[in-house]
Amino acid sequence: MYRYDSFDQQLVDDRVAQFRGQTERFLAGQLPDDEFRSLRLRNGLYVQRFAPMLRVSIPYGLISAKQMRMLGHIARKYDKNYGHFTTRQNIQYNWPKLETVPDILADLASVQMHAIQTSGNCIRNITTDHLAGVAADELVDPRPYCEITRQWATFHPEFNWLPRKFKIAFCASETDRAATRLHDIGVFIVRNEQGELGYSIYAGGGLGRTPIVAPKIRDFLPEMDLLSYLEAILRVYNRLGRRDNIYKARIKILVKETGPAKFTELVEAEWAKIREGELKLTRADFDRIAAHFDAHPYVAGGESDTSFDAAVASDSAFAAFVKRNVKAHRVPGYKAVFVSLKAPGVAPGDITAEQMELVAQLADDYSFSEIRSTHDQNLVLAEVRQQDVYAVWKALKAQGLATPNIGLLTDLICCPGLDFCSLANAGSIGVSDEITDAFESMDDLYDIGEMKIKMSGCMNGCGHHTVGHIGILGVDKKGEEWYQVTLGGSAENDATLGDRTGPSFDRAHIVQAVERIIAVYLDQRSSEDETFLQTYRRVGMTPFKTRLYADEAVAA
Amino acid sequence: MTHLIRDQQLVEHDFPLLADDAAPPASGKLIVSLERWRKDAAELRSPGLEVGVRIPNTVNVEDIWAEISDRPLINLEFPGFADGRAYSQARVLRDRFGYRGEVRASGGAVVRDQLHSMARCGINGFELRPDQDPQVCLKAFEDFDLAYQPAADGALTVLRRRAS
Repeated sequence: MYRYDSFDQQLVDDRVAQFRGQTERFLAGQLPDDEFRSLRLRNGLYVQRFAPMLRVSIPYGLISAKQMRMLGHIARKYDKNYGHFTTRQNIQYNWPKLETVPDILADLASVQMHAIQTSGNCIRNITTDHLAGVAADELVDPRPYCEITRQWATFHPEFNWLPRKFKIAFCASETDRAATRLHDIGVFIVRNEQGELGYSIYAGGGLGRTPIVAPKIRDFLPEMDLLSYLEAILRVYNRLGRRDNIYKARIKILVKETGPAKFTELVEAEWAKIREGELKLTRADFDRIAAHFDAHPYVAGGESDTSFDAAVASDSAFAAFVKRNVKAHRVPGYKAVFVSLKAPGVAPGDITAEQMELVAQLADDYSFSEIRSTHDQNLVLAEVRQQDVYAVWKALKAQGLATPNIGLLTDLICCPGLDFCSLANAGSIGVSDEITDAFESMDDLYDIGEMKIKMSGCMNGCGHHTVGHIGILGVDKKGEEWYQVTLGGSAENDATLGDRTGPSFDRAHIVQAVERIIAVYLDQRSSEDETFLQTYRRVGMTPFKTRLYADEAVAA
Repeated sequence: MTHLIRDQQLVEHDFPLLADDAAPPASGKLIVSLERWRKDAAELRSPGLEVGVRIPNTVNVEDIWAEISDRPLINLEFPGFADGRAYSQARVLRDRFGYRGEVRASGGAVVRDQLHSMARCGINGFELRPDQDPQVCLKAFEDFDLAYQPAADGALTVLRRRAS
């Protein structure tokens, strides 16, 4: 866990005071509506269909047990007893009252949390691998790099009024678990041929209305030049990004319209003038930031435990959980345990106050008091000794948090949709419920395997639909909810945008469409080992299309 | 009425904007558009005049620096509340070219809630939007004592404070 020092704390406290003043001036009629809107967004506060929505920042998805308890307290005191984890590793509350938001921010500040820059046209939460620090395929722990970037981005005076929102992700592992190339800037931490640490930089990726996989703009950036290079990119974007059309304002459009080669030239020219300036980092800077993170006293010899294997052998329900929800840890004898927020009948990512408290307690008891949130809207207890996994599972199971479905069809990701969001065209939570119902037993029966269904209620793509193996996008047709379907998307190393199947489906037929897609896959796969994505890439769209539009009456 | 804050003090308004089609006075302080400056610089350099230049927020400061580097005041435009382009212009003027004259902000974004960031980027003159209460605005400079990142105000960053 990154621990604040007095500087970090003072900045967050000053921000609470600043926002309290803004709220008071707004309520007193001294701050125009549209200007308060821009300002409150920079503290994560939206006004939604029924109530304000507050998005709380969880930098790179790392939460302490104490913070999780506070999130539970806030859910209970200011909201309807639950919160919603998002695809940006943050948490949202859907029912706070505007007047109470400064108090919520003060409560958050008391546990080193905030809602700074979780919305608005500024640099948003920095994200990374939810297995950072424990993954065996990792070059270095990316979180100190994320934190040094978070600090640079926080209240950056020059980049608070960008053309559009700006998202940065880091990846330091062989397998990209952070959808890194789908960000405005994707930073891959790498070693060059001389063995020096540095970064490959990608820019201009993103989801939403015009999904683009980011092109590489620099092969190798030396380690100490991270912030000056980011500043150069942001300065070029702030100066040249389009402001005439909100749908063309993201950096991806600038990179595309300028051309990646020309864009790179502009960035390099700017960087050449600032790289030796004050933003140059030193080894000591990194060391100091790294020292703010808790060191974990791993116990050696944990792999000699036999109880874990014995429990897997004797308890088939536990074995199913281990197969899906337990991942390897770089330290022998430890495991990463995924807490599923995708139980049947629950909106993806939703968690109650009681569940938050349980997860906090388990983190205290078994996982160095830390929890991670994932961009797939689940949680991870990443540091559990293998001898303790069985106890953790039993406790999670008792609270409905042990659905053995990580990476499977029912682990779908989904935005709040029309039920809460004022931007949405269509509901997504209801559809996700029905899909979960329809496949609960089928998944067991056929072992459909690795499957990412991603659903968004509108073009903004908060549910990352364009990179779902099956993507579902809610659209409005003359006041009715319809759904467009894409196949073959991926957010991982092989980042790909999905292909449209054809005409969209109405609410009554969208779940059936998903069932048909799965039926075609089961029919076409060469063996049980061939995943949906592999099958789709091999056989193409035709068999799916044929089955989906067999009776034209369902689609229009 | 438009108030002017300079170096965190409320001061008498000076350097009024001269319309492009108006004749310059014989003496005094004024601001002209970049276009006008390009056209009439010779005339406007007369000994009795002190002339600042207003530049559009779409120009690259590097392209025009040679033309404006000796001016006592450079006026940056913030046409809308959410248009932040001139923040980058201010930093280039101060950080890259070491400009020492007044950098003045005017327009729809020159309000209480943006003054602190503007000051950090090197803007020291603020032509407040007419609806702004200057006393409320003066408090903006106290919003934050600390800064995480270097900018044109020379503030010691948190990273450097930790090192010392």
